[in-house]
Amino acid sequence: MVAKKKRSKLTAYNNWGYFFVAPFVVVFLIFSVYPVLRTLYLSFTDLKVMGDAHFVAFANYKRVFTDKFFWKALWNTVRIWSVNIVLQLGLAFLLMMVFSDVKYKMAGLPVFRVLYYLPNLIAATSVAFLFNTLLDWRYGTFNIMINGIYKLVGARYNPVDWLGSPSTAGYTLAVIQSWMWFGNSFIMLMAGVQGVSKDYFEAAAIDGAGRWTIFGKITLPLIRPIMMYVAVTSLIGGLQMFDLPFLMSNASSPSYGSVQTVMMYLYKFGFTAGTIQTGYASAVAYALFLIILLVSLLQIKMFTRKEA
Amino acid sequence: MGYAIKKGILYLLLVLLAAMCLLPFLLMLVNATRSGAEISTSFTFIPSSYLKENWQILSDYFDLFLGMRNSLIVAVPATLLGAYFSALTAYGLAMYKFKGNKIIFGAILVFMMIPGQLSLIGFYQLCTKLHLVNSYVPLVLPAIAAPGTVFFLRQYILSSVPPSLVEAARIDGAPELYSFHRIILPLIAPAMATMGIMGFIGNWNSYLLPMIILNKNEKFTLPVMMATLRASLDMVRNQGATYLAVAISVIPILLVFCFFSKYIISSISAGAVKE
Repeated sequence: MVAKKKRSKLTAYNNWGYFFVAPFVVVFLIFSVYPVLRTLYLSFTDLKVMGDAHFVAFANYKRVFTDKFFWKALWNTVRIWSVNIVLQLGLAFLLMMVFSDVKYKMAGLPVFRVLYYLPNLIAATSVAFLFNTLLDWRYGTFNIMINGIYKLVGARYNPVDWLGSPSTAGYTLAVIQSWMWFGNSFIMLMAGVQGVSKDYFEAAAIDGAGRWTIFGKITLPLIRPIMMYVAVTSLIGGLQMFDLPFLMSNASSPSYGSVQTVMMYLYKFGFTAGTIQTGYASAVAYALFLIILLVSLLQIKMFTRKEA
Repeated sequence: MGYAIKKGILYLLLVLLAAMCLLPFLLMLVNATRSGAEISTSFTFIPSSYLKENWQILSDYFDLFLGMRNSLIVAVPATLLGAYFSALTAYGLAMYKFKGNKIIFGAILVFMMIPGQLSLIGFYQLCTKLHLVNSYVPLVLPAIAAPGTVFFLRQYILSSVPPSLVEAARIDGAPELYSFHRIILPLIAPAMATMGIMGFIGNWNSYLLPMIILNKNEKFTLPVMMATLRASLDMVRNQGATYLAVAISVIPILLVFCFFSKYIISSISAGAVKE
């Protein structure tokens, strides 16, 4: 009798759970679940700006995967991201090595960490603006600085149009992206190293292990999961790259074709007046999602196999 | 000897890298005080005297303070709603056993992985149907359902709030909501602050969604407003004003960072160790 009463009281308490999660569930269903499903539905229709949507089966998907501009945009995205991730993770990794080195015991991590993270705080519009102005090929401060250095050594500098010429625009964007994100990756890697118990390092040092052995045998294996986390999240973010390339290029520039990313391609058909094809843009969104899914699964598989 | 020199070189490199992170900001501040003609012809770290003129040019283009006010109107409620309702949801998921608990948690995990672009078109269509275009509602209200924040806070509650605490309050006859507000919220406040600050920065800096939802100039948030300047730009005349605009847009975030950098660093670290 007492036990039964107690249980019913516990159920009564547990029913409060519905109350606590109700606002989340309502908003989640309306603003997250519905839009995702709606986009999926639209990707099978021929909806333009207005008018009715007709079911067209996989026609949009067929068009996505046969459109050479989609592939070009995907290639641009991957190229910019690859250069970016190598610089960003490489730099973060080097810094992690420096700050976790058992021989040099570098001080000042809290200060450096904050300084390296600073560029990540600024809105992409501000970053884009700042670099658009700094990198202007005729009047920008960057080229004027280089020109000054050339003059000092008595050479002539032919100003490079960093963002305007197709051969440099992608790399310039990749470098700026890395500048924005390496601090973030560095903090993550450092968090992983600091999560490693000091006992391991001390025990290894007592056993007479050299610093490279310690790095290779203790530090590296222990931070591998975090490397994976950083790589996967950066890829998911990287394939959706939009703000910087969008803000730092314009459709009339010769470099546009080499910096248009998949998201910019999607934006063109989803939201740019005059070219709106909602159904097709929805298919582009899901095509990109499939690609992201595939690549992150591959990445996870690659990293976990190495561990075995 | 060799040790000290090598260590010195390492520090020098670290400082150089830090300088590279700061240089664009420094140039921005210096150039904000120089005339467009000065910037276009020479390079210096010494401030000039054109700050006021630059401000004039800038004011002719747009009202930065209006943009800032709009950004605050969006970012502050979104951050507060996000922090409060995520805590509420996380507590509900962590402390109560009810039907659907696991399903909701599963959905949260799935939606943490789904890239945002997948909902963009459907989201816009929904806003059109509900007549929410040009309204701040679609930029604020969805903050109530932030899967990542709920996930983070749920883990935090499970690891740092003992259930016996709540049970003791029940025996004393405290209502459930009272326990949540008076006992749980203070306990998880540091975690909420961490997520809240990141949420604020994200909302403040957000560009794509506000650009799609808002199309009236007087509604523009700061990043959207800044982006309109791009097209209408006379480089030589307006360069100084451009730098000034960027500088002003960056200041609020730098202030937030000065006070809360500890929380920000710890939230990034938590993201890594979560794995």
